[in-house]
Amino acid sequence: MQLSRRQLFKVSAGGLAATSSMATLGLFPTAALAEVRQYKLTRAKEVRNTCTYCSVGCGLLMYSLGDGAKNAKAEIMHIEGDPDHPVSRGSLCPKGAGLLDFIHSPNRLKYPEVREPGTNAWKRISWHEAIERVARHMKADRDANFVAKNANGVPVNRWLSTSMLTASASSNETGILTQKFMRALGIIATDAQARVCHGPTVAALAATFGRGAMTNSWVDIKNADFILVMGGNPAEAHPVGFKWAIEAKKKGARIVVVDPRFNRTAAVADEFMPIRAGSDIVFLGGVINWLIANDKIQWDYVKAFTNATFIVNEGFSFSEGLFSGYDEAKGRYDRSSWSYELDDKGLAKTDPTLSHPRCVWNLMKAHYARYTPDVVTDLTGTPKDAFLRVCAHLGETAVATRVGTILYALGWTQHTVGAQNIRTMAMIQLMLGNIGMPGGGVNALRGHSNIQGLSDLGLLSTSLPGYLTLPNEQAHPDFASYLAKNTPKALQPGQLNYWSNTPKFMVSLLKWFWGKNATAENNWGYDWLPKWDKMYDILQLMEMMYQGQMNGFIVQGFNPLTSLPDFNKTSAAFAKLKYMVVIDPMTTETSSFWQNHGEANNVDPAKIQTEVFRLPSTCFAEEDGSIVNSCRWLQWHWKGAEPPGEAKPDQEILGELFVALRKLYQDEGGPGAETILNLSWPYRDPASPSPEELAKEMNGRALSDITDPTGKVLLKKGEQLPGFAALRDDGSTMSACWIFSGCWTEAGNQMGRRDNTDVGLGNTPGWSWSWPANRRILYNRASSDAQGKPWDPKRVLISWTGDKWAGIDVPDFKADAAPDTGMNPFIMNPEGVGRLFAADKLVDGPFPEHYEPMESPLGTNPLHPKVVTSPAVRLFASDKERLGKHDEFPYVGTTYRLTEHFQFWTKNVRLNAIAQPEQFVEIGETLAAEKGIKAGDTVKVSSKRGFIKAKAVVTKRVKALKVNGKTVHQIGIPLHWGWETVAKKGYLSNALPPAIGDCNTQTPEYKAFLVNLEKA
Amino acid sequence: MALQSLDIMRRSASPTPAPEARSPMEVAKLIDVTTCIGCKACQVACSEWNDLREDVGSCVGVYDNPIDLSPQAWTVMRFEETEENGKLEWLIRKDGCMHCSDPGCLKACPSPGAIIQYKNGIVDFHQENCIGCGYCVSGCPFNIPRISAQDNKAYKCSLCSDRVAVGQEPACVKTCPTGAIQFGSKEDMKEVAETRIADLKQRGYDNAGLYDPEAVGGTHVMYVLHHADKPNLYSGLPKDPQISPVVKLWKGMLKPVATLGIAAAGLFGFFHYITAGPNRADEDHDEGAQQ
Repeated sequence: MQLSRRQLFKVSAGGLAATSSMATLGLFPTAALAEVRQYKLTRAKEVRNTCTYCSVGCGLLMYSLGDGAKNAKAEIMHIEGDPDHPVSRGSLCPKGAGLLDFIHSPNRLKYPEVREPGTNAWKRISWHEAIERVARHMKADRDANFVAKNANGVPVNRWLSTSMLTASASSNETGILTQKFMRALGIIATDAQARVCHGPTVAALAATFGRGAMTNSWVDIKNADFILVMGGNPAEAHPVGFKWAIEAKKKGARIVVVDPRFNRTAAVADEFMPIRAGSDIVFLGGVINWLIANDKIQWDYVKAFTNATFIVNEGFSFSEGLFSGYDEAKGRYDRSSWSYELDDKGLAKTDPTLSHPRCVWNLMKAHYARYTPDVVTDLTGTPKDAFLRVCAHLGETAVATRVGTILYALGWTQHTVGAQNIRTMAMIQLMLGNIGMPGGGVNALRGHSNIQGLSDLGLLSTSLPGYLTLPNEQAHPDFASYLAKNTPKALQPGQLNYWSNTPKFMVSLLKWFWGKNATAENNWGYDWLPKWDKMYDILQLMEMMYQGQMNGFIVQGFNPLTSLPDFNKTSAAFAKLKYMVVIDPMTTETSSFWQNHGEANNVDPAKIQTEVFRLPSTCFAEEDGSIVNSCRWLQWHWKGAEPPGEAKPDQEILGELFVALRKLYQDEGGPGAETILNLSWPYRDPASPSPEELAKEMNGRALSDITDPTGKVLLKKGEQLPGFAALRDDGSTMSACWIFSGCWTEAGNQMGRRDNTDVGLGNTPGWSWSWPANRRILYNRASSDAQGKPWDPKRVLISWTGDKWAGIDVPDFKADAAPDTGMNPFIMNPEGVGRLFAADKLVDGPFPEHYEPMESPLGTNPLHPKVVTSPAVRLFASDKERLGKHDEFPYVGTTYRLTEHFQFWTKNVRLNAIAQPEQFVEIGETLAAEKGIKAGDTVKVSSKRGFIKAKAVVTKRVKALKVNGKTVHQIGIPLHWGWETVAKKGYLSNALPPAIGDCNTQTPEYKAFLVNLEKA
Repeated sequence: MALQSLDIMRRSASPTPAPEARSPMEVAKLIDVTTCIGCKACQVACSEWNDLREDVGSCVGVYDNPIDLSPQAWTVMRFEETEENGKLEWLIRKDGCMHCSDPGCLKACPSPGAIIQYKNGIVDFHQENCIGCGYCVSGCPFNIPRISAQDNKAYKCSLCSDRVAVGQEPACVKTCPTGAIQFGSKEDMKEVAETRIADLKQRGYDNAGLYDPEAVGGTHVMYVLHHADKPNLYSGLPKDPQISPVVKLWKGMLKPVATLGIAAAGLFGFFHYITAGPNRADEDHDEGAQQ
C-alpha cells in the first residue's frame, strides 16, 4: 500500500486513532512518518545589506524568492545576520531580526496621495500630479519670500518660509543630493534627526578632541578593562554593539551602570547604581575631584597631550554659577575671556611645571573642588559607597597598562547641559590617558543607521559637508572673510593643525555645487550659497511655524509629530502650514496629524487647511547606497527587491522635483533663479541621479590634470581622487564631502570591501571604508607616548618605527613626523592637544558646571541657588509659559527606548508589535503603593504641556531617591507608540517634555522634566 | 524518505527500531542567563524563521510578551525581579523546549510519528501525525507544548531542525546579540558553560552552575545560572523536573490495555471510512465560519 503523507494524514484523520492502533499492532507499512521541514533558502537569491535601524550597522543577508532569473519577481522572504560582518558576526537584535515585517508592513506607502485642505481622507494621485503640484507650491512660496540680500547688501540667498527635515536613515547618496537641492533653493530652516539625538556629542567631542565622532569602534570595546555605562543603555538600544562589552566582560572587564533605573544593561553588569536624571555633571565632576585628590592621573599623558599646562587669560573667572562675560539681558556669554594667554608670536603660553595659578590644571582643580563625594550623593541620590567604587574603578585605569571606556548615548545628550555632560567624561578620559587607546575613548553610540553620515554631510541648519560651516551673514559676508575665520593658525609650534587646509575643502565643495559656473573670478560661486542669520534648528523652526511664519514643510523620512518635544505645540504648528510634503516608506503620524484619534490626537480635520502630500519612497532593501555607522564606517548595501506599488527612491523624488522646479524657473524666472539655474546637475538621468554617481562625487575627482611642483602628473583629468590629501584650492578638484574622500577611488568602491581579516585587537581595515582616510581609531597617535613608544605593549595601534608611524591602524597623524618635531596627537586642534579647558568652543562654559534641568524637582541649585538652570539656555516666550513647577508636577519624567522597538517605526512591524505591543510607563513600587496603582493598571501621566495614558509596569528597578533632603520619584516613559501602527494604538509620549534644548545644539531635554501621575 | 540528514533515535508510539549504524553528534543549545539582556531577538528570529505570527497582545504590567508560549510563539523571555543577597537582580530566562534526552512528551504520545527524537538530541513535533490528544502537554516536565485552537495540533520549538539538518545553527542562536545563546556539540557546550561558571564564581556567584537535569536524562537545551541552587528564581524553572508518574504508568503497565481499546476504536474508524467515506464536517464548518 503506497500512501502519500497527505493521504495518510487524511486516512488517519478519518479514524482518529487508526494510525496509532494499526502501527501499534504492526499492521502499518514502514512509510516515513517523520520528515524535517525542508530548508527554505537552498537556491534563494542572497543579497547583502546593512540594517536600517541603529548605528551599529549590522550586516544583513536578504533572501528573495526566485534565484535571480528575469521571470521571477524577487520578493524578500527572509532576512538574517551576515556572519562575515566584523561587528555583528551574524547577530541581529529584535528589530533587525524582524526586518522582514518592516519591508512587508501593511503600512508601507504604495502610491502618491494628497489630503486636500479641510478634508478627512487621502486621495490617490499620479506621480506627475504630485510633482507638479508640489513644485508649484514651492515656487509660489519661494518667489514670495526669497531674501536675496540682507539690509547691509550682503547676498544671503535664503528662503525661510519653507523648511525641510532630512532623514538620518537615508543613504549618504540621498543625503548629499538633498544638501545640494536644499542649498540651491536657499533652504536653511532644516534639520535632521541628529538634532534630537547626538547634536551635543558633536559639539562636546569636537570641542575636546577636534572631531565630533565616536572615538573608537564597536569591536574595540572588547579591549577595555573597565566599562562605564552612563547616559546610555546599550543593551537596550545597541544590543549587537553591546556584544563587545560582553566579550570584554568575558575576558575579565568590569561593567558598571549608572542610570535612573535598573535597565537591561544593568541586568548583565557587575554593578548598578541609581542616579537622579539630570544630575550627571555632579557625578562626573565628583569623579574629577576624586581623581585629582587621590592622584589617579596619567601624568605623562596629561602633560604631553592635553592643555593642562596652558595658561588661561587673566579675565577668566567663575563665581556663583556664572563664568566671566555673562550678559544677563541677552542671556548669553561674551566668550572672549575664555581663552589662552598668547605670546608675541600668537602662540599659547604654557607652564610645564603646572605651578602657574592660571594654568588649566589649577583652574580645573579649583573648579571641581566643590564636587565632594557628599555633594555628589546629596544631589544625585547615588549612594556614596557606590560612587566611590566607580571612582576607584576609573582611577585604576590611570596607569598606562589599564584602559577604561565609556558607553553613552542620549541619556547624556538630551539635557539643557547635554554637551557639557559629555565634555565632563571627555575630560576624565584625558586625565586617565584613555583617549587614542584601544579599549578606551569616549564612545558615543549614535542612533539612526546613518545619523553619523547625515552629520558628516552637513544636513543641519548651519552646516556644510565635512564639518565646514555654512556661511554666516555677519561673520562671513564674503569668501575672504569665510576663509580667514575658518582657517585657524596653530597655537603651538610644529602642529599639523589640519583645518589649515580649509580653502582646499571649501573650493572643492563649491566646485561640486556650481560646476563650471564656479570660477576664481566669482569666488567659486560663494555668494550663491545661502547665508544664515541664526540657527534654524528644529525647535527654532517649529517656533516659527507655531507663530505662523512658515508656509511649507518638506519632511523626508522623519516623523516630527512623534519625535519632537511638546507634541501639542507641534500639532498646532502643523495646522498653520499651507502645504506639507512627506516623503517616507511608511505611514507616519506627521502625515496624518489632521486625523482625529480621540484623546490621543483630538483635532478637527475640517478646521485644518494644510494641504498634505504623501510620497512613497523605497526602504533600505530596495536601493543601493552607503550608510555610516557609529564608528564611521561607510558601508555599501545592495538592492534586494523592487519597492511596493509606485514607491520610488528618494534620489528620484528629489531629482524629479528639482527638474520640475528648474523648468519653472527657466520658463518663468523669479527671485533667486540664478542659484537654481547655476547649480551643477550633471547626472546621466537628471530626474534620477544614481547612487554610484553621487558616491563618486562625494569622493571627488580631478577636474584637470593635477601635477606636483616639478610638473609630474599625479592625477589625470576625470580621475577619482585617492583621498583628501589630493584636494586643491585652485578649482582643479571637486569633492562633495572632503572627509569621505577615499571612499570611491580609481580602485573602485571602497565602501563595498568585505575583507574581514582581523589584523590585531579586532581591527578589520579591509572591511568597508572608514573616514577619515580609513583610520579606525581616532587620535591613535596618543596610543604611544611622547617618544612614540606604545604606552601598553599589549595595546599597540601605531608606533614610531624610526622613520615613520606604522602599525595595525592608519596613523591619525602625519605619517613621517618624528616624535621630536613636537607635533601632538590631536591634529584637528590648533593646539595639537586635547582640551581639558574648552576655551571658547562651547557657549555655556569652558568647564562643565552643574545646572538643574529646566523643570527641576528641587526648585533650586544647592551649588549656587541664584543660578538654578543653565544661564545660556535659549528659551522662547511660548515655551516659558509651558513650563511646570515641582509643587504641581512632583515627579521626574524621563523618556527612552525599549529594545523591542526602534523609535516610531517598528510599531508598523508586526514581529516587533508582538514582542512589545502596548504603551506602558515604569513606576517604582513605593510610588505605586502611594498612588494605589497595581501592575497592569491604566495610568495618566501629565505635564504642564499634555498627557498620556498607558499601562503601569510596577517595578523594583525604579527606586525613590533621597536628594537634597527630599524624596524624588522618577517615572520611566518608553516612547514608541502612536496611531499609525499594527501594535495597540497609543499616545505620543512627546506630549510631555518641553521644547527646550541643549545650550549648544538645541537637542531637546527629553531626559528630565516634571510630571504628575494618577490612576486613570 | 528524507531522513538522510537526521537519523531518528525514537519515534512516538512506534515499536519499529531506529537505524543504529550511524552515530551523529549530539548537539546542544546553551543559554547563558547571566549574559542575556532579554532583548527578545531570539523570539523574533524564531517567529521569522518558522513563519509564525502570534496575535498582537497587550501589556499586563510586565516586560514579558507574548505573555506565554503558544502554537505561534515557540520561545518567550520570562522576566523576574529578585533581591538575592540584598542585591537587585533582573533574571531573564529564555523559555522553550529543553529537548530532553528522555522526552516525557514522546513517551506520552500515542500517535505514531507525531514526536520524533533524532540521534543528535533534537525532539521534533510532526504536526501531520499529531492527533491533538494533549498527552505531550501532560508528559512534559517543563510545560512547553501548546495545542493550537486552530488545528488542534501540538506545537513547540523544533531547535530549527531544518537548519541543523543542513549544517546551520538554530535561528535564535545565530541572532543572539550578546552570545548568550550558543550552539554546538553537547560536549563543547558543557565546556563553554564551565568557563562561564568559573567567571561567575570569580565575580562572587558561588552557586553558579549548569542546568542539565538528570531526571530527564539531561537536556539538549541547557542553562548557565548564577543561582543554580535555586532554579525556581528563574520564573519557575523546576529544580527537579520529573516526567509525570501517570505517563510512566501509561508507558509501563497500562499501554497494552489501552492499545487494545485504541485498536478497537481505530478499526471502527477505518471501517467507517471505507463504508461512509471521509468525515467532511470540519470543512463545512470552515465554510460556515467564513460566511
